[in-house]
This record gives sequence, structure tokens and C-alpha cells, in this order.
Amino acid sequence: MWENVKSFASEFFVTGDPLIYGADISIVLTIIGIVFGLTYFKKWGWLWREWLTTVDHKKIGIMYILSAFLMLFRGGVDALLMRAQLAMPELNLLAPDHYNQIFTTHGVIMILFMAMPFMFGLFNVVVPLQIGARDVAYPFLNALSFWLFFFGAMLFNLSFVIGGSPDSGWLAYPPYSERMFNPGVGQDFYIWGIQISGIGSLMTGINFIVTILKMRAPGMKLMKMPMFPWSVLSSCIAIIFSFPILTATLALLFLDRYLGAHFFTLDGGGNPMMYINLIWMWGHPEVYIIVLPAFGIYSEIVSTFAKKKLFGYKSMVYAMMIISILSFLVWAHHFFTMGSGADVNAFFALTTMLIAIPTGVKVFNWLFTMFRGKITFETPMLWTLGFIVCFLVGGMTGVLLSVAPADFQFHNSYFLVAHFHNTIIGGVVFGYFAGLYYWWPKLFGFKLNERIGKWAFWFWNIGFYACFMPQYVLGLMGMTRRLVTYGWDKGWWEMNLVSTIGAGLMGIAFLFQVWQIVYSVKHLQKDETGDPWNGRTLEWSIPSPAPYYNFATLPQVSSQDEWWEEKQRREREPLSLAPPKLEPIHMPKNSGIPFVMSMFWFAAGFGFVFDWLWLTISGLVGVAVCMLVHSFNYDTDYYIPVEDIKRTEAAIRG
Amino acid sequence: MAQLNDSGHANQHVSSSDHHDHPDMEEMRTFGFWIYLMTDVIIFGTLFAAYIVLQGNRNGGPGPEELFQMGGIIASTFILLTSSYTSGLAVLAMHKGNRQALMGWLGVTALLGATFIVLEVNEFIHLVHEGATISTSAFLSAFFTLVGTHGLHVSIGLVWMIALIIQLAKHGITPVTKRKVNVISLFWHFLDVVWIFVFTIVYLMGVR
Repeated sequence: MWENVKSFASEFFVTGDPLIYGADISIVLTIIGIVFGLTYFKKWGWLWREWLTTVDHKKIGIMYILSAFLMLFRGGVDALLMRAQLAMPELNLLAPDHYNQIFTTHGVIMILFMAMPFMFGLFNVVVPLQIGARDVAYPFLNALSFWLFFFGAMLFNLSFVIGGSPDSGWLAYPPYSERMFNPGVGQDFYIWGIQISGIGSLMTGINFIVTILKMRAPGMKLMKMPMFPWSVLSSCIAIIFSFPILTATLALLFLDRYLGAHFFTLDGGGNPMMYINLIWMWGHPEVYIIVLPAFGIYSEIVSTFAKKKLFGYKSMVYAMMIISILSFLVWAHHFFTMGSGADVNAFFALTTMLIAIPTGVKVFNWLFTMFRGKITFETPMLWTLGFIVCFLVGGMTGVLLSVAPADFQFHNSYFLVAHFHNTIIGGVVFGYFAGLYYWWPKLFGFKLNERIGKWAFWFWNIGFYACFMPQYVLGLMGMTRRLVTYGWDKGWWEMNLVSTIGAGLMGIAFLFQVWQIVYSVKHLQKDETGDPWNGRTLEWSIPSPAPYYNFATLPQVSSQDEWWEEKQRREREPLSLAPPKLEPIHMPKNSGIPFVMSMFWFAAGFGFVFDWLWLTISGLVGVAVCMLVHSFNYDTDYYIPVEDIKRTEAAIRG
Repeated sequence: MAQLNDSGHANQHVSSSDHHDHPDMEEMRTFGFWIYLMTDVIIFGTLFAAYIVLQGNRNGGPGPEELFQMGGIIASTFILLTSSYTSGLAVLAMHKGNRQALMGWLGVTALLGATFIVLEVNEFIHLVHEGATISTSAFLSAFFTLVGTHGLHVSIGLVWMIALIIQLAKHGITPVTKRKVNVISLFWHFLDVVWIFVFTIVYLMGVR
């Protein structure tokens, strides 16, 4: 008996690496700490009522952003480990198979479990407030999306200590990701972690399209909508067309591994290149999905801090929509070397270059918005300026990569690694930071400390260029990506050392950001105005943090920068003091089903990973029961009486 | 009409747009379901693409000509098409306010759907007995996945339809149940359309 347990445990748990034992201990300690803390302070009921069952878009947004920060930490540690391994030639810090796992989890976590939830968090906290709505179109589904993401991410991260991590790159190309070459459970963790959170992403896409199209405040025509919701709309359109491809593709890979199908295998008539086409039909739109909302954030920030109306509103809208469509027509530029011939490559090279045009339009729009504006340089604006320079470099190297013949040289080299970090850190991460600093006061009712924020900004930026500019050179010198180590004779070590130092600087920058949040909470300076940046859009017209019903009375919108115009109007003729007529507000009820149902998904996924049919079946049955229970529940909403609204408003407005 | 008046008001205050400051919830949910259907189109599109790419890769195993028994397939096609028609009759009954007829037609639709599933399971069992399994060749992997995914959708639709009949018995025709019937009938017609493509591309073009 004991022998059986021992042999099971040695396969079930990852053993043999001190790093992982350290992780085991810290995970156990963290769980004990959380359980003890919640019990000691009697917070279980609070956790369940206020967070786990909430359908409030603002709280869901906060949970998304918190998870994204945790995942940024894990993905960042992965990055630092890789850079440490590459700092000098012939280092043995990480064994090759461990290195493979680390670059795989780094990529998956940063794109799917850091960028995506960060983005969804910002969607959630900002979009309803900006369009003057009380919640998203489907609050229950919104909570379900979050919990699916959360448990998907947990399942993926579990592979670190149980069963072993995936190691076939962030897109898991076959045939290496097939059972024949990759018999462990890591790849199955990959499939189910992404699959479960991917269902959540798809539903969020549907949710926000309907929210934006159907729930805008009275008078807000589409062309009067702020730019951020526009960017969310363009991003969500790309989500609903691309995520189903991911779902189908991963399902096919799963069938190959689980039932011995032959979609992408080398034998039985399978075709691995089909996987690579399919995954990039999702994968390329995916990078635009995460960068488009960042473009929206920059647009809001530039016009706020230049105190000018956004230049070229219409061209901005068209540019984003065009990017959203073009993103589906460029996927083959990820593998010009497939050998599909000159005509195919020429088509995809041209479509790729075409994307530079709407992107260029946007950059000029931002520049012209700043032109002759009274610019102030608070942290959100700093990140925006940092972005413009950084993204310009990344965009131009992207055009270099789009030249198909030249790409045969750049392909899979560090030039490429530098390019996509240039666009994803410079475009996406900088944008989400800018957005977080910008909307933080709206979320929590106080600003983050500017001085520490500026330190973080400069460490990030200097670290970024030190880390990735040498990588362009290394790529041209012939260093390929996913390389575990290299010899002294290559002449690469100086550049690699600089790059590692840059990565360290970005690590320090992250610590500055954490310190910034802790410091700002300790030295809390409450923002009483609800409008600390002198903003232009509706979210700044209500107190911070916003009451749970957002708007006591729905605003009537007549112009693009409605709140700015409203402030001008109030200056001209002071507000008549007749209080607005309140009506009962229709709200959704909290529900525990999203949380429970996502746990069942987690169980089903875990069962699939370890091939425990009993767990898979019970998990899926649990999911079905949850759906039926929800379908049979007709008591899903309520009205807030006018008295309650009056009381809440009086309390927050003082 | 009686049902509508009896039980319709229970949920009226929640779901119809009698408060002008929030949008019509039921209309919005139907709209969202249309978008969901578009995403499902893409899932099926991906599976069709995989099938078309792989259908020639038989790996020395049997092909469509040897495997497909068109008699059963044509029968199940007509059964599914008829079920789409009866689900349309259910919606018409709903608009007339006739709850009994609505539940009856939904029941007929579910029965026809169940027959379709039984026939499909029989076909799959027959294929496996012939030695044609999902791991025999890329062609069969793609075949079982495409047809099986459609069958899975129909099965989920069946459970959903039965749940809806029970809800109709409990609540009658209200704005909420009305929207639910509309949505499942959309889903059912959609699966019918997908099946027409399966029938054409997989079966008819397979045995050509």
C-alpha cells in the first residue's frame, strides 16, 4: 500500500528540483496563511458575499487586474530565470528541459493569463462607466467569464508542481506537442488551462459587444462614444471571430492526444502544418485583440492631458476597425518559411505592410492631439509618451519582418524575439499600466503616488531598451530563439549580458510599482472630487469609487466629450439646484453559480489531464447541473428602492 | 391567451421594458445569442476546413464509398429537417398564446431529435464494428469529429428543450420563457443548416 502511494506521488508531484520544492513550500504557506487569515478575521462570509458571488462589473474588474498582477509576477520570474541562464555563455543554471518549460509557461502566462485578464479588467471597470450604463449586458455571464479564466489559469499554473509543465512553446506546435513525442501531462494542462479560460474570453467578447451596442446612455450615438469603448468593440469583434478557432484547434489537438486521432500527427495521414495555420489564424488576431484596447487607452489619456479634443476621431475609429479586419488576413507571415510559394508569401507580406497604414494614422492622431495642447506629464501621460517611441521602433521592425524574402533570415531569430517584445511590452503592457494609473482613482478613490510611479516608469523604460535593443543585434548575428546556452566563441556574450541587466532593471521597476501601491494605500489621500485629472468622459462625472449602481440618474449625452462640455456649461450657468428625479434601479442579483460551475470545469479539466474518467464525468455532470439550476432560477434581479439610492448618494457626496 | 394572462404578469415587471431607463433585457439576450451562433459557425467552419483538408488522407483505411450507408443517412436527414419544421410550429403556437400546442410541438421536436441521435449513434457503432475508428486515419478523425460535434450540439439541445418544456409547464408563456423558446428554436434551425452542409459535403460528395 505504502509503496503504491509512494510511486503515485513521485509521478504525480514534480520532484528533484530545488526551485520547485521552494515553490511547493511557498504555495502551502500562502494557502495556510490565507485560510488562517480569513478564519481569524472571520472574513469567509465577506469573501463569499462581496467577491466570490459578485456580479458587479467593477469588482469583477478588480479581481481580473489583481490576478493579472500575480501572473505578471510569475511570468516575470520565468523571464528573469531565462535571462539569468543566458547572461553568460555555457551556464548551467537551468537544464535544457527545464528551460523549455520556462519559455513555454512565460509565453502562455504573459499573453493569456496576464495581458488578457488585465485587458478584461480594464474593460470591466471602465466601459460601463464611460458609456453611462449600470452594468454590462449579461452580469451573470461576466462573473462566469472571470471564474472560468481564474480556474483555467489555476489549472495551468498547477502544472508547475503537479505532473510537470508543458514544454513545447507558447503555441504548442505539433508534432512535438503530440503524445508520441510529449507523453507527459504538461501538454494536457496546457490544452485544458487555455480551453477553460478561452471559453470565458469568448463570452466576454460577446458580452461587451452587446453592452456597447445596446446599453449606451440616451443620446450617445456611436460616433459620440469615447474612444476606449470603440477600441473595446474592435477588439471584441476580433475575439468572437478568432477564439472559436482556438477552441476548435485545441480540441483537435486534444483528440489527437486523448483518443489517438490523426489531425496533426506525422503518421495516419495527419498534417502538422494545418495546426500551425489554424493556431495563427487565432494567434495573429490575438495580438491585435490585446493591443487595440491599449490604443483606446492612449487616446483617452492623450486628450485628457493635452486638454484638447482627440484629433481625427473618425479616422481613429476607422483605423481601429480596419486593423480588426486586417488582423485576420496576415496569419501566414508567421511562417513564410513553410514553403507555400512566392504568390502566397507576397499576399501575406502585403497585407502585413498594409496594417502599418492605419497604425500610422493613429500615431499621427495622437501627435496632432498633443500639438499646441497644454500638456502635463503625470504618470499616465508619461507611459503614453513612452509607448509612442517604443511602439514606433517595434512597428518598424515589424515592417522589416514582413518582407518575406528577408524574413527567411529573421525567422526564429532573436530579431523576432526583440520585435514582438517591443510591440507587446511597448504597446500592450505600457498601455495597460497607463490605463491602470489613469483609472485607479476612479476604482479606489485615491491616486497612486506620482514620485514612485515616475521611478517605476524610468526603470521600466531604461530596462526595456537595455534588454531588447541588444537582442535585435544578437538576432542579426545569428542567435536563434529558445536557445538554452551558447559558446564563448560566438561573440554573443556582451550583448546577452547587457540584455540580462536590462531584464533585471524591469524586475526592479515591478518592485517599484508594488511599493507604489503599498505606499499610496498607507499614505492615503482621498480624492473627493471624483474627477482628479480634469477628465472629459462620463466616468469622471460620478463619485469615486462609483456606487454599485454607477449612475443615480442616467446621463443625457449630447456631445463627444460629454463631461468636459458639461463642465463648460456649468461654468457658464451654474447648475439649477433642483435635484434630479430618482427612479428605482433595476439590478442583477449575486450568484454563486459562476464560481461553483468553474470549479466543476476545473475538476473536469484535471480529470482529462490525468485521464481519470470518474473525475471528468463528475466535473462535466456538475457543469450541466449548474447550467440547469441557473436556467430554472427565475429570481435573478431586483429593484433598488429610491430611498436606498438617496441614502447612498447622500453618504458618498457628503 | 389564458395562460399568458394568468402567469405572464409574474415576471412582467422584471423583463419587459416598462422602465424606460434600462434596455429590454429579453431582446438583448436574443441578440447575444445571435452573436454566440456566429461564433459557433466559426467552430464548425474550422472543423469543415479540417475535414476538407484531410478527407483524402485515408492511411490505407476505408473511404466514404465503402463506409457510408446512404439509406440511414437520408432518413435521419429528413427526421432532422422535420424537427426543424415542428420547432417552427411550436413558435407559431407560442405566438398564438397556446401553451399546450407549444409544449406539444416542442415535445415532438425533441422526440425527432432523439431519433436522429439514436440513428447517429447506431451509424457510429456500425463504423467501429467495420474497423473504422477515430484513430484509423486522418479522414476518419475529421469525420467523427465533425459529425460528432454536430451530434453533441443536438444532444445538448435536447436536454435544454426538455428543461424548457418543464419551465413552460411551471411558468406559462411569459416574456422570459418566450425569449427562451425563440432562442432554442434559433439554435435548432442553426443545427439544421449545419447538418445540410454535413450532408452535402461529407455524405453526398463523399459517395459521389
